[in-house]
Amino acid sequence: MRKNAGGGTETLERFLDSTLDSVDRAEAVTLQAAEKAGFEEDDLNKIGMAVREAVVNAVVHGNRYSKHKKVRLSISKAAERFMVKVSDEGEGFDWNGLPDPLAQENLLRSSGRGIFLMRAFMDEIEIRKNADSGTEVTLVKYTSSR
Amino acid sequence: MSVKLSTRQVGDVTVVDVAGRITLGEGSSALRDTLRELVSKNHKKVLLNLGEVSYIDSSGIGELVSGFTTVTNQGGQLKLLNLTKRVKDLLQITKLYTVFDVHEDEAAAVRSFS
Repeated sequence: MRKNAGGGTETLERFLDSTLDSVDRAEAVTLQAAEKAGFEEDDLNKIGMAVREAVVNAVVHGNRYSKHKKVRLSISKAAERFMVKVSDEGEGFDWNGLPDPLAQENLLRSSGRGIFLMRAFMDEIEIRKNADSGTEVTLVKYTSSR
Repeated sequence: MSVKLSTRQVGDVTVVDVAGRITLGEGSSALRDTLRELVSKNHKKVLLNLGEVSYIDSSGIGELVSGFTTVTNQGGQLKLLNLTKRVKDLLQITKLYTVFDVHEDEAAAVRSFS
């Protein structure tokens, strides 16, 4: 990670291909940083899974496996916040319209649990459509909660 | 390691031993193919032994649900055996733990099939 000019925040950035191999790479890079930030096994599992779900969404639903589009992974730690941003170059998506996976009528659906799991495993999550193109998912885990 | 699946017969129950990671891609598609093949061969009592599953993601959970509905729709039963803490936690937070019939003892699980 590198220190920003403002001091304090450290950021690590990777641009990944839109393939499923990138999911493993993103998880590995994130876990290395999270371990360095002091997280232990239980939180590492949660962070790893949340990042995997975010990158899967970026590769599959955002960039649709396009070889011309990249997934941007940005990892930073400032104060007591370990933050991971995952951005794609897709058309953007209205995540608010997704059905509740815990509703009785949706329990037997074979998909639609990724965002729910990210919310369950992280302390903060924000999903927004970028002004130009793509979707950016921000995942935050508090280092103080470990 | 991705996922490794092997099937064995215990009486009229087909036990599928699953080991490794059930994630989007090879892992979840291998599970899907195995369950579809069993259903196509009229195996209606399926016990999924997940004791050696080290990791499962939302896609893997989706495949478990999909397998459950596929077998059930064919008049069969799909039950789960030996959940690791990780898989059990995931099924609990997704409210699927009560959807599946989950067992910790293989002999008891086999007997539970009607």
